[in-house]
Amino acid sequence: MKSPPFIMLSSRYRILKKRLHPLTKEFGLTLYVLRKSLLAMIGASIVFIFIFIAIFGSLISPYDPNEIDISFRFYAPTREHPLGTDKLGRDVFSRILCGARYSIRAGLVVLAIAVPAGIVLGGIAGLLGGWIDEVIMRITDVFLSFPPLILAMAFSAALGPSLFNAMMALSLVWWPLYTRLVRGQALAVRETLYVEAAISKGASRWTLIFRHILPNCLSPILVTFTLDMGWVITAAAALSFLGFGAQPPLSEWGRMVTDGRIYLFQAWWVSMFPGLAIALTVLGFNLLGDGIRDALDPKLRRITEVKWKEKIRF
Amino acid sequence: MPVIIGVLILIFFIAYVIPADPARAWAGPRARPDQVEALRERYHLNDPLYLQIYYYLKNLFLHFDLGISATTHRPVLNDLKAFFPATFELAFFAFLLAVIIGVPLGVISALKRNKLIDHFSRVISLVGVSTPLFWSALLLQFLLYFKLGWLPAFGRLSVEIHRFTGFILLDSVLNRNWVAFTDGFKRLILPSVTLAFYTMGYLVRITRGSMLEVLESEYVTMAKAKGLPERIIYYRHALKNAIIPPITVLGINFGWLLAGTVLLETIFAWPGMGRYAAGSIIQVDLPAIVGYTMVVALVMIISNLIVDIAYSIIDPRVRVGGKLQ
Repeated sequence: MKSPPFIMLSSRYRILKKRLHPLTKEFGLTLYVLRKSLLAMIGASIVFIFIFIAIFGSLISPYDPNEIDISFRFYAPTREHPLGTDKLGRDVFSRILCGARYSIRAGLVVLAIAVPAGIVLGGIAGLLGGWIDEVIMRITDVFLSFPPLILAMAFSAALGPSLFNAMMALSLVWWPLYTRLVRGQALAVRETLYVEAAISKGASRWTLIFRHILPNCLSPILVTFTLDMGWVITAAAALSFLGFGAQPPLSEWGRMVTDGRIYLFQAWWVSMFPGLAIALTVLGFNLLGDGIRDALDPKLRRITEVKWKEKIRF
Repeated sequence: MPVIIGVLILIFFIAYVIPADPARAWAGPRARPDQVEALRERYHLNDPLYLQIYYYLKNLFLHFDLGISATTHRPVLNDLKAFFPATFELAFFAFLLAVIIGVPLGVISALKRNKLIDHFSRVISLVGVSTPLFWSALLLQFLLYFKLGWLPAFGRLSVEIHRFTGFILLDSVLNRNWVAFTDGFKRLILPSVTLAFYTMGYLVRITRGSMLEVLESEYVTMAKAKGLPERIIYYRHALKNAIIPPITVLGINFGWLLAGTVLLETIFAWPGMGRYAAGSIIQVDLPAIVGYTMVVALVMIISNLIVDIAYSIIDPRVRVGGKLQ
């Protein structure tokens, strides 16, 4: 149990323990629980590797992802081309490395639009109530009563097929999920004793929202966010696979799978490896999301908290 | 009902913001301007949005007419009727497989927590939810069809039989054509297993989590303290309470199954609604798109209804009119 980094961490905490902010304390505990979970750490490593590839992929790729050389058509995996080449002789490995950014970016952009929209709308619905709540929730119901992928297909077809439009379409269908989540959470938190105490102390409306209600809505949002990264990446790839997303010659993973599909029985590596990359990325986000959920789960947390406090001697 | 109207408005809104000119696309590249104009008139494309919706609803409720597809030139209702059984067969078998395997696996996994079988089923379910549907479909196609040659991977049936209902398995039984039955069944396996694997993963996770929560509850401890046999505790007390979240998830999941059929029907050359929808979206075939979404919305409403009925069967609190927490 006594790994060197942890000892460093605990000694630092011993020095800081007087000044430790409650939020920092909670964060430290969360990190501690996360570090104890092997699966969460595997997930985190996968996620970090793919984020690294997404940022530096074009620098470390051995070939230019769009370099066409017909004489190298459908080369099976060899030492020069570790994952083979596709119908235009492009190196599949390089294309996967350069394609990581599209998938990661799609996930981040979609959620960067959907999550704040959901927080604002759900917060308004939950805190104001009345007819505004009614209107927002009925619109949300319409969206949620329908398979998101089919709706996103229709939207991206309406906007015209491109990766950007696919991301916009996915954001358009993804916000209702967060609206409902935040509304439920806001309703629950509003009734708690500590909010009542804050009101009786004469806290202003904004203090209430930003200091008491919002921070307490954050942990389910964080969990859903991490798990949803995987979902959005799959959905974006599925849209590209159906031809509603990225267009050639973009080396987006879903697009690569669909381009290689016709040659599946002739050259399996063209479509199999990009799909494996998607699966691995999504697996990473799922493992990490599960880990974060367990780490934020109050029941499991209290058990570990005791051990943690012993370690850093509060 | 309000949900159907809402979805309808949403879809019309999407159709309305389409930058492409659908009439021009339908008329073909060599159409004269007056022909394009005539098409526009015919489909009320020049009218404002609310009038288009009004015309559509009028046709739907007075004549039970979903309009005529702009690309196949047949009534959308007939097209959907022809394609619906194939999709339903696929989704239903996948659903059945997912439930039959997923729920018991989740329960066993929770009962044998941290044992070998628990780890096994958790890995299976994680892989299931993480693998993109279109990729696992291609993988199975490559391995089981191309490499091993065990199962056919394209189409729905290779022999001709008389179609009574459109459901291949049912029709071949009615025809007493066992060759067609085995053929249809074999062709059903790959797509439905792919679809089921995905749903199953999710189901195992939910069932396991909910079962674990119930096992820690006070009434299970109480039942144990009373000395009831384990079998009765687990299956009568725990499972009955733990099964409610998975049922909720299944109701929502049926919609995802339908979305999955769009992908799978394209890959397995399965002549169903999903492929029809994907095609009509590419061709901007508005009546077909709206018709398809109507059917999906209807299926979703029915599945929600079934979920509600299932609640009331399992949970007496719902039956007497109380609210589910």
